[in-house]
Amino acid sequence: MLRVILLIGALAVSPVAHAAGGGGEKLPNEHWSFEGPFGTYDRGALQRGYQIYSQVCSACHSMKYLSYRNLSALGYSPDEVKAIASQYTIIDGPDDEGEMFERPGKPSDRFKAPYANDNAAKYVNNGALPPDLSLITKARPNGANYVYGLLTGYEDHAPEGEELATGQYWNKYMDGHKIAMAPPLADEVVAYEDGSATTLDQYARDVTQFLTWAAEPEMEVRKRTGIKVLLFLSIFAFIMWRVKKKIWKNVKY
Amino acid sequence: MSSSTKDPKNGETRRDFLYLTAAAFGAVGAGSVAWPFIDQMNPAADTLALSTIEVDLSPIEEGQAITVMWRGKPVFIRHRTAKEIEEANATDITMLRDPESDSQRVKEGQEKWLVMVGICTHLGCVPLGQKDTDKKGDFDGWYCPCHGSHYDSAGRIRLGPAPKNLEIPDYKFLSDTLVRIG
Amino acid sequence: MAGGTREKLDNPVMEWVDSRLPIFTMMQKEYGVFPTPKNFNYFWNFGAIAMVMLVTMIITGITLAMHYVPHADMAFDSVERIMRDVNHGWLLRYLHANGASFFFIAVYIHMFRGMYYGSYKQPRELLWILGVVIFLLMMATAFMGYVLPWGQMSFWGATVITNLFSAIPLVGDSIVTLLWGGFSVDNPTLTRFFALHYLMPFVIFAVVFLHVWALHITGSNNPLGVDAKGKQDTLPFHPYYTMKDAFGILVFLIIYLGYAFFAPNDLGHPDNYIPANPLVTPSHIVPEWYFLPFYAILRAITFDVDLVLVAVGMVALGVAFIATPYKYLESILKMMEKSFLNFLGFSAKNIKTLKGVGLITLGLAILLNYFLNDFNFTIIPAKLGGVLAMFGSIAMLFALPFIDKHPVRSSRFRPYYKAAFLIFVANAFVLGICGGKPAEGFWVPLSQLTTAYYYAFFIVVLPILNKKEPVLELPSSINEAVLAKNKDKK
Repeated sequence: MLRVILLIGALAVSPVAHAAGGGGEKLPNEHWSFEGPFGTYDRGALQRGYQIYSQVCSACHSMKYLSYRNLSALGYSPDEVKAIASQYTIIDGPDDEGEMFERPGKPSDRFKAPYANDNAAKYVNNGALPPDLSLITKARPNGANYVYGLLTGYEDHAPEGEELATGQYWNKYMDGHKIAMAPPLADEVVAYEDGSATTLDQYARDVTQFLTWAAEPEMEVRKRTGIKVLLFLSIFAFIMWRVKKKIWKNVKY
Repeated sequence: MSSSTKDPKNGETRRDFLYLTAAAFGAVGAGSVAWPFIDQMNPAADTLALSTIEVDLSPIEEGQAITVMWRGKPVFIRHRTAKEIEEANATDITMLRDPESDSQRVKEGQEKWLVMVGICTHLGCVPLGQKDTDKKGDFDGWYCPCHGSHYDSAGRIRLGPAPKNLEIPDYKFLSDTLVRIG
Repeated sequence: MAGGTREKLDNPVMEWVDSRLPIFTMMQKEYGVFPTPKNFNYFWNFGAIAMVMLVTMIITGITLAMHYVPHADMAFDSVERIMRDVNHGWLLRYLHANGASFFFIAVYIHMFRGMYYGSYKQPRELLWILGVVIFLLMMATAFMGYVLPWGQMSFWGATVITNLFSAIPLVGDSIVTLLWGGFSVDNPTLTRFFALHYLMPFVIFAVVFLHVWALHITGSNNPLGVDAKGKQDTLPFHPYYTMKDAFGILVFLIIYLGYAFFAPNDLGHPDNYIPANPLVTPSHIVPEWYFLPFYAILRAITFDVDLVLVAVGMVALGVAFIATPYKYLESILKMMEKSFLNFLGFSAKNIKTLKGVGLITLGLAILLNYFLNDFNFTIIPAKLGGVLAMFGSIAMLFALPFIDKHPVRSSRFRPYYKAAFLIFVANAFVLGICGGKPAEGFWVPLSQLTTAYYYAFFIVVLPILNKKEPVLELPSSINEAVLAKNKDKK
């Protein structure tokens, strides 16, 4: 009987699993350290990914749900976090005279956004709005592979018969293939300090790792807790099964 | 224990053990489930991140005071006059309800600065005395209008229903004119 | 719940309370010694499981409401704050979001059990109807809850579903404006949805109380569908079913928490992690999975029902009437005979031909008129038709106890009903799949076909089975069936 229930449960959810998808080529299926029930983030990749975000992506993309204090999860010490935050100039205020003023960033500040508002962002970017990246891997189906695919999926020319307008680029994995973002990464554009390869592939991997962490900072704790909870419940369920058997021992049903 | 395994009531014992284990699991489970639902009410990470502030003291003239917000509460910072410090030191602390010397309430070498949480220890009102025009009570300090508690120039309770002196928060002088509260 | 005779309790404090408010006596009667058929299978766990899910939803919901901000500018941000900053906030939200899905899974299995074993039949009709009321309230609550995070799917889901009401003739648009509190889904809509989303679970709780009350009046059905006749057929609820339920609940929780901890977003939609944007509709709007079959029915009606269609239907029905042998129509015609036609002296046999000829004539007349005078008149536009079909599909559930009057309850003794019902269930899954696909190509006729079977099950199949399905010999009691089964085993 239980098998029937499980089957029904599985059938019930199956339509959702393939409800998503659409446009573009099939996404690459890369191996990520954060996959699976025991998956964790790679701290080195996270720090390199943050380096790429801060040196490249942040020129156009905001990450408004993150604060500098969150960077301690990447393995930075409190003083390092303070130092990172203080590199940015934050507009605060109004002060006692009613004026806005500039001050160095503090760990409690949100990541500084590249543009004052969406309209300013669109104006600078030919009318296209660079999306906020805090949740990007959760906001796209198969998010991590999507980000990795998009960053590595640029082609030099559109295929025959396709026209690209000025400011458009051809990307294998973009919905509709035409993308307003110029290829942001290429070999050697960012200098790594830890000796990791400075290739497009490595950059894309690192920034994907970082963006996945940004969208799901709770993931490691969540999975760790989940293992404990399921272990506990499995033992408890086994005990209750024995209890039930014992109680029902003398009943014919 | 060993003798009871041969007991004909062995089945009974094992059943009891099974039931007790089940009950124990139930209790542990219920307890661990309760915690997240209670702990969610504690201050969140963003609230904690804002729990320290830095205040620049340079614009405060002698005899003046400012009020800053810290963790949603007013903090009184007073640049005391020599007369006020003298008064505070001259008080016989054995007579006080909450005996504390003035030196216990300020940082060494920075005696002119009095930093305290501006909340009356009686029932949580904000005492008067920050502005020159305020009523300062009978002891040249602060006066709580709600129930008439008088605090002296070191913020100690002298008269009225309040049980304790005004609370001193954790703070530290980063320089002579910069203080970090919290 | 009346006082009645009460036995004194040993504990003086309990006795003091119980003599004034006999709550312990009631618990003992309703959950302690309550006689429960002894042959339940694990399908009978799902009432208790659904109850656990309701309580889980209420507790996680209340704690989330302590941090959520019901304002169009802040709702999305406050949900992100819950996920990132609030202590265990991610756990509360994932438990709540996945809890909705698993509440529906529990309730759908509970409904499956009710239909499979005929639990809706006399004397449990009201018990079933209260259950359908709970189901409807759950759908409303779940829908409004899905709007609260104010993501793209929230916003466009709210827009599409509230627009359903615009299909109502004459007052539709005014009703939609009223629901919105403006001229589009906006902040007033969000705040009222939050208020109602917080209220509804307590209404559900009250109806659940009535549902359980009604259950304790009639007693439970069981897999054989025969009434419990005495002590040999039943067991006290405690400890037999309390412990069995506890085991079932734990197994269900393992699956539920498996999702909440390891695949918390698999049952949701990525677009809802994009803040609501009234200027851009996502390319493919789908409701949550538990609404998909109903969504498919909504979209299946792609055609206007106009007079020509009605006329063709009349002719077809007339032909069918004349062609069908009398004995198959007997009961329907007997019913008609009781109407005013009886005064005119028609017998049931006469009505058959009269009805047939009358329908054909009327149908042909309309058609003739159409071709001669170009007379075209839409009776039900497709939009209204879809809405009616969707709400009608739930109305069918309400009517079920009055449609299926076959004296045998359990499918175990109704092979034809069992086949028709299992096809109905498979059909509902196909509808669900159709609901998740874009409304184009092959999916449109498939959803129309499955919608047709959904209705045919209630309107055609059940009435025919009522009449035609033989009444098999049932075991005379639960105990006897149990003894027979155990003898077979040996």
